[in-house]
Amino acid sequence: MGISVEHLTHIYNPGLPYCKTALDDVSFEIKDGEFVGIIGHTGSGKSTLLQHLNGLLKPSSGRIVVGDCDITDPKTVMRDIRRRIGLVFQYPEYQLFEETVAKDVAYGPLNLGRSEAEAEAAARRAIALVGLDYDTIAERSPFDLSGGQKRRVAIAGVAAMEPEVLILDEPTAGLDPRTHDEMLEVIRKLHCEKGNITILVSHNMDDIAKYCDKVLVMERGKLIMQGTPSEIFSERETLEAIGLALPPINDLIVRLRESGAEIAGDIFDIEEAEEAIYEYLKGKKRV
Amino acid sequence: MIRDITLGQYYPCESTVHRIDPRVKIIATVIYIVAVFIADDFIGIAAAALALTAVTALSRVPVKFIARGIKPIVLILLFTFLLNIFMLRGGEQLFSVGILTVTSGGLKKSFLLAFRLILIIWCSALLTLTTKPITLTDGLEAMLRPLQRFGVPAHDLAMMMTIALRFIPTLVEETDKIMKAQMSRGADFESGNILQRAKRLIPILVPLFISALRIAQDLAMAMESRCYRGGKGRTRLHIMKLKGRDFAAAGATLAFFVIIIAETHIL
Repeated sequence: MGISVEHLTHIYNPGLPYCKTALDDVSFEIKDGEFVGIIGHTGSGKSTLLQHLNGLLKPSSGRIVVGDCDITDPKTVMRDIRRRIGLVFQYPEYQLFEETVAKDVAYGPLNLGRSEAEAEAAARRAIALVGLDYDTIAERSPFDLSGGQKRRVAIAGVAAMEPEVLILDEPTAGLDPRTHDEMLEVIRKLHCEKGNITILVSHNMDDIAKYCDKVLVMERGKLIMQGTPSEIFSERETLEAIGLALPPINDLIVRLRESGAEIAGDIFDIEEAEEAIYEYLKGKKRV
Repeated sequence: MIRDITLGQYYPCESTVHRIDPRVKIIATVIYIVAVFIADDFIGIAAAALALTAVTALSRVPVKFIARGIKPIVLILLFTFLLNIFMLRGGEQLFSVGILTVTSGGLKKSFLLAFRLILIIWCSALLTLTTKPITLTDGLEAMLRPLQRFGVPAHDLAMMMTIALRFIPTLVEETDKIMKAQMSRGADFESGNILQRAKRLIPILVPLFISALRIAQDLAMAMESRCYRGGKGRTRLHIMKLKGRDFAAAGATLAFFVIIIAETHIL
């Protein structure tokens, strides 16, 4: 199942003096099984775009087709779309409301019309997927958990609906470095296990470089670049002009190259960088 | 969605009316409303309408926005108008059907009352359209200050109002966010009977209350860490000082009031 977005435009408060074009003629395609990253400055239209993808906002003009279904068509049943496309908002732990973790995670599946037993089974699977132990956590109040656990439970709440597309809006905002890494592993696991489309909004260029097959760059409501991480992160000037930066490792390599070091290839993580620098130094010694 | 609700319907633009001191505007509004009630014939009401049209033109607020303020009360207006036509008596009888009787005096009074109501709403809409909510509470605080001597906590009242107004949009936004989040978890707020619907609000209300308490606590902490300790000895960034245009506005309002009184006594 692929996603195709065609000439999507969204205007907030049309006709009022404070009207704002949040999305301006955005078009792109996502193929089945891709892990897509969206980057852009605060207010560049990322969140507005995500909300269109699961039908929470209706475009002022343009079309979104998911699989064979046009979700911008007013006749489409919203519940079907939300079953297929799961959206995890920023700070999702702020939507927890139930008395127990198990009930909160089962809320989504129950809304989709699953039976109690099915919903419980889905909750059990989802909680295990996000790396928590169902039996120890199920009967606890979600408000007693730590920040990282709350975030996991909230993500489990969307994963329990078993969507075909999982969209996450800055899922690691405000987490400590260790929980941050664990959270991304959870997301990668969810992606690999199902082979579904995952869309990740992040300000962390490292994560984008490391996990994504494809990157979309948003600026003032426009999609200004799209491509593989190595294509996007070779456009250093453009990225810096719109207030973004290269991943620290790329930045280091670029600087080394600028000062005359001959390091070849696309390098996105510390191990590759270490290897490349070591090779370069070895070569230099020989000369 | 819910974000479309306009609360504190300020219309942002730069005009003479926007810049007039809030105290002058509040008092002028009160005087205008009194004058509209004193005026007891169509000439007086027409004069009042003319004056308000002039102020509206000066404020550069589009008529559309004022009409939007009047729209919600059109039904009430029509209802009272119809009721008055049949209830108020005076002058000669025009026609009667069963117990319903329409008199010329009643008809005149009903029209006057309807026009009065429209003018009052128009005028108060203009006040909120041209004055920021915060400026408005500042003005109210300044006007209540003399009452502090009698134990009226003017500053605290104004601060409470300011904070409440400040957080309406924040809470609306928060509600919007939570609603959307629960909707993406398959929640449905539109179908079902009242009991089912009320039950479906729980997933919104619980997170909203928690958010509101968190915001309140953060705000209290932020205010305390900036040494807020009530109004005593507090100075202001914007000191309200009456300028030429404020006196002109006050003068115009007084002149208008005198004209209305004179008109009712002479004619």
